[in-house]
Amino acid sequence: MIPEYGHFALILAGCLSLVLGVVPLLGATFNRPLWMAAARPLALGHLVLVAVSFACLAAAFAGDDFSVAYVAANSNRLLPWYYKLSAVWGAHEGSLLLWVLVLSGWTAAVAVAGRKLPVQLIARVVAVMGLIALGFHLFLLLTSNPFARLLPIPPADGADLNPLLQDFGLIVHPPLLYMGYVGLSVPFAFAIAVLLAGRMDAAWARWMRPWTNVAWAFLTLGIALGSWWAYYELGWGGWWFWDPVENASFLPWLLGTALVHSLAVTEKRGLLRGWTLLLAIFAFSLSLLGTFLVRSGVLTSVHAFATDPTRGVFVLGFLGVVVGGSLLLYALRAPTLPATAGFGWRSREAWLLANNALLVVITCVILLGTLYPLLADVLAWGKISVGPPYFNSFFVPLTLALAALLGVGALLQWKDTAPRRLRGPLVLGLAVALASGGLLPLLWGEWHWGAALALAGASWIGALTLVDLWRKSTAGGRPWRGVRLLRAGYWGMVAAHLGVALAIAGAGVTETYSVERDLRMTPGESQALGGFEFHFAGVDEVFGPNYRSQRGEIHVTREGRAVVTLAPERRRYLGGQAMTEAGIDAGLTRDLYVVLGESLGAGAWAVRLHVKPGVRWIWLGGVLIALGGVVAICDRRYRVRIRTQAQVAPSAAVAEA
Amino acid sequence: MHPVRRRRLVLVLFVLVVSSAGVGLAVYALRQNLNLFYTPSQVVRGEAPADTRIRVGGMVVRGSLERAADSLAVRFRLTDGDQELWVRHEGMLPDLFAEGEAAVAAGRLRAGPLLEADQVLAKHDENYTPPEVAEAMQAGHEARAAREAGEAGTP
Repeated sequence: MIPEYGHFALILAGCLSLVLGVVPLLGATFNRPLWMAAARPLALGHLVLVAVSFACLAAAFAGDDFSVAYVAANSNRLLPWYYKLSAVWGAHEGSLLLWVLVLSGWTAAVAVAGRKLPVQLIARVVAVMGLIALGFHLFLLLTSNPFARLLPIPPADGADLNPLLQDFGLIVHPPLLYMGYVGLSVPFAFAIAVLLAGRMDAAWARWMRPWTNVAWAFLTLGIALGSWWAYYELGWGGWWFWDPVENASFLPWLLGTALVHSLAVTEKRGLLRGWTLLLAIFAFSLSLLGTFLVRSGVLTSVHAFATDPTRGVFVLGFLGVVVGGSLLLYALRAPTLPATAGFGWRSREAWLLANNALLVVITCVILLGTLYPLLADVLAWGKISVGPPYFNSFFVPLTLALAALLGVGALLQWKDTAPRRLRGPLVLGLAVALASGGLLPLLWGEWHWGAALALAGASWIGALTLVDLWRKSTAGGRPWRGVRLLRAGYWGMVAAHLGVALAIAGAGVTETYSVERDLRMTPGESQALGGFEFHFAGVDEVFGPNYRSQRGEIHVTREGRAVVTLAPERRRYLGGQAMTEAGIDAGLTRDLYVVLGESLGAGAWAVRLHVKPGVRWIWLGGVLIALGGVVAICDRRYRVRIRTQAQVAPSAAVAEA
Repeated sequence: MHPVRRRRLVLVLFVLVVSSAGVGLAVYALRQNLNLFYTPSQVVRGEAPADTRIRVGGMVVRGSLERAADSLAVRFRLTDGDQELWVRHEGMLPDLFAEGEAAVAAGRLRAGPLLEADQVLAKHDENYTPPEVAEAMQAGHEARAAREAGEAGTP
């Protein structure tokens, strides 16, 4: 009976989302306080119903109820309990239910935290999120019901979870990514609410900012985690493949990054309002596009496991309604006030605008490369795939340009900056960048211009960020006096920018100095690579809970001293799937990464050895960026101002410090 | 012309020129990096270009896999049910690579024809066949059926 309760709760939640999407919206239009006040209890009720439904699906997994088709397809009696739990979002139906759960969570959070904001605005925001939820409820209930039964004869055992997904990374990756993806619906809903209300002041920017930051931080973590997972689980030793599914999460991140920066301009200076709203709309639209790409099965990709066209058509239609509707609304209502405040080219506004332009260009280039094969397929130009060289040849130079801008932009003040304030730091930054580009690559052996450019860019950002931090913290005349005056928003920016520097340095170093070799090895054989000696001891057979495995043993030494023993595996799961588990020794300066291939007969095995310097920095940089986003919202002004706001009047927040 | 209008015109022209240059560059780069998919039949008929990287997909012919004794070099044939194509590769093969299963090889054509593959992909689980390969197999089988029917009809 439990799956039926879950299904019923899901249907009720769908109905409730319709009420949630309509009543507060009408209340805001016709100024009915009671209807608007319904937003909060409705949002909470919706969250509870979706959570009940989700818990029912989880219970079906925990109780091995293989009469439920989704459970039978994605679980197995022998699966450890934590993978049974994560199998809930291991495939199409369940991950959509997770999508809706996360969305209902964000909606309830906005409804509760927004008590101090103007009631009309919050009613509209929550209602817009309710309408998005309605779209996804229809999608779930009409095309992908997770509770569908296999009756009258249920299978005795399930087909097992895809072994690629039986992994810690896949327990946490989808929830984190969805927190980010779906979190972008909050700034979107704010933008729609602002457009509906036709408010012309820019107070909404301050309310929108913390939500955008949190969603963007989650998205950053989710992408970093996905890259890390692909690195250790797929066994290719790469950390980014320009796979359409990766791009699908990267595109909203790029526009989200642009949004985080343009919101700063809108909040502080009241400029770029229309642009900011447009970015909020497009960032969420790209989230939906990502969902469409991944979930409709239109891509030939490792990740796309759904191949039912009705689903694709539904998401495409939904995407059309959301994007078309919001752009129409934007065209009708976009803030048409002329920009009254000007700014010179030495102002922070100008450089943030340049940052936005670059990020939008990068987004367009990646979008083109991602959609082109689909377009070619639809128009019958042939089956095409776009290779990584296309993406790299644009992404790398544009990112370096962004790094150059970033260093300067963070130094500048609003409106205008005196040239004498800039000269010192810029000369110092340039000297540091030239020195590190010229010398640091020698640490890894041969000098290479790719690594030199990346390290120069990274140290340019690092030096200018630290110089600015030093200058601000010594502002009171004595060192460290100014530190206490620095605000959380500033610390967040410093952390995120240093994270960018670290990630760029890591990407440059690992792409330039990684070495790999595919070998035929017999037990007892040794091979030198990247300053290490890899000694192949042999292969034994071991058994896991739901697989048996051939496990290699490779002793790594450096100049005669033992470094580590690696145990790469080739697993065969009971469901029939085969998979390699790389043997990895992680380190701050380098990773050792070994993959066991097939048996070649006569005791020989195919083995791939990698030495990858700096690869950890990429993900550490990602974590720092996300941390920066979270630190920034701890800024006092988001709490204090909102409180004074509620006490005074909704429009008093225009006054700017 | 009014100075404000002139400034706006210059701005619009600037954006137009820069963005069309950007789009042109992007499309050019895209065309350089496209990997077209061909079936073994198309390659054997000489429809695939020889000077660029292509992808070929099909089933690995049973009994066709040959390994070198002292390196990771392998040779195997791909079929779409109609024609077969030799593929040569040096390196590790993916987990689920097996005779009688679907595979996609990417690389450049050599005389023969033979595909010098720098990358070999296999399906990623037991129940999945890459859509291109499924389509190619169907077309190949149909072509063969049609040809055999034709041969049977005109002895």
